Amino acid sequence: MALDKIGIAKRIAQELKDRYFVNLGIGIPTLVANYIPTGIDVEFQSENGVLGMGPFPFEGEEDADIINAGKQTITTLPGASFFDSALSFGMIRGQHVDLTILGAMEVSENGDIANWKIPGKMVKGMGGAMDLVASAENIIVAMMHVNKAGQSKILKKCSLPLTGVACVKKVVTELAVLEVTSKGFKLLERAPGVTVEHIIASTEAALIIEGEIPEMLID
Amino acid sequence: MINKKVDNVQVALEGVENGMTIMLGGFGLCGIPENSIAELVKKETTGLTCISNNAGVDDFGLGLLLQKRQIKKMISSYVGENAEFERQMLSGELDVELIPQGTLAERCRAAQAGIPAFFTPAGYGTEVAEGKEAREFNGKMHVMELAFKADFAIVKAWKGDTAGNLIFKGTARNFNPCMSGAAKITVAEVEELVEAGTLDPNQIHIPGIFIQRIFQGEKYEKRIEQRTVRIR
Repeated sequence: MALDKIGIAKRIAQELKDRYFVNLGIGIPTLVANYIPTGIDVEFQSENGVLGMGPFPFEGEEDADIINAGKQTITTLPGASFFDSALSFGMIRGQHVDLTILGAMEVSENGDIANWKIPGKMVKGMGGAMDLVASAENIIVAMMHVNKAGQSKILKKCSLPLTGVACVKKVVTELAVLEVTSKGFKLLERAPGVTVEHIIASTEAALIIEGEIPEMLID
Repeated sequence: MINKKVDNVQVALEGVENGMTIMLGGFGLCGIPENSIAELVKKETTGLTCISNNAGVDDFGLGLLLQKRQIKKMISSYVGENAEFERQMLSGELDVELIPQGTLAERCRAAQAGIPAFFTPAGYGTEVAEGKEAREFNGKMHVMELAFKADFAIVKAWKGDTAGNLIFKGTARNFNPCMSGAAKITVAEVEELVEAGTLDPNQIHIPGIFIQRIFQGEKYEKRIEQRTVRIR
């Protein structure tokens, strides 16, 4: 069965490593913070200027001056810090942030990502996405494999305006975990009960498939 | 001590004229110069080019200036959450330049720091790099971006003193420090203005040299855009 958003978040959370600084995008990536593997220390950075983000505040304890990049009220954890936007993107461009997890509308087999603009529709802007994808060493994309019309969003070449070129390292969808290699997408894992054939049929790009493809392990 | 204190927002914004380029601090509605925006609405200054990460919501922040058609052009990284903005953008009344958020911050910082241009990897290979010089450094392509040029920068801080020194709170800091001193004149509005010598020099985030005028805002609504809470 295909994963839901929480399933995707749980699988991506397995990519978190001890002592990682992580930037989470809006949407499914935000959920990843709820499933940090036990026994590891990670810190979450939000590009509006906070490191060491904690959970949402209890009702009545919201502070208008403490928000995340999604403009949601948040709390901070012991060891947290605040800083200005230039320093925040210094952390990002300077590759001090180890991992960026963000959503996408399309990803192509050379690692291009499109997630900010659909021609003909209202364009809201790229926010910090272009800085993040141009800079991070490790970028994992959380996205749906196919759109509502059933068309693949895992492509040979992106059709939408790009956010960044040749930058995505891994993609986790409701169907599969894909690694972006120099030869294209490699199928690493499949969602529980989803067949390799189903994944192939749902993917416009070619897939490198070596041996038995294991199922994702998600509690 | 060089005194930067002015009596009120009217004096602070003297010299702001139609057609000027103004930087305004804030991220969403967090850390925006509420009192100065209200005064710009009263002054009916028009034809403004506003450099600000976001454009407010329909009835608060820069949305108030948009409602009165006072903004000719917005330079921002993200402009969702504002129906009037969308209407003016789609009808062509409002010119919009969208740039990556880190580039926006650095173009402010560059203006503040006297750096005319810099290279960033952000946007290389995308439409924001079109027409810009690109160069390879350490095996990676970068795009040349220019420092902003603005007439006024209007920033908001938590505490300030009469020498213009500023301290920010939480994520209300955001673009405010980068914009301080990044325009010909920087105006700071603060929640609490104290005499010089009261604040600990070790705790100052922005030294007063970057600020030409400082005043205490009359009131702060500090509206929350996305109130998110967890169950006890």
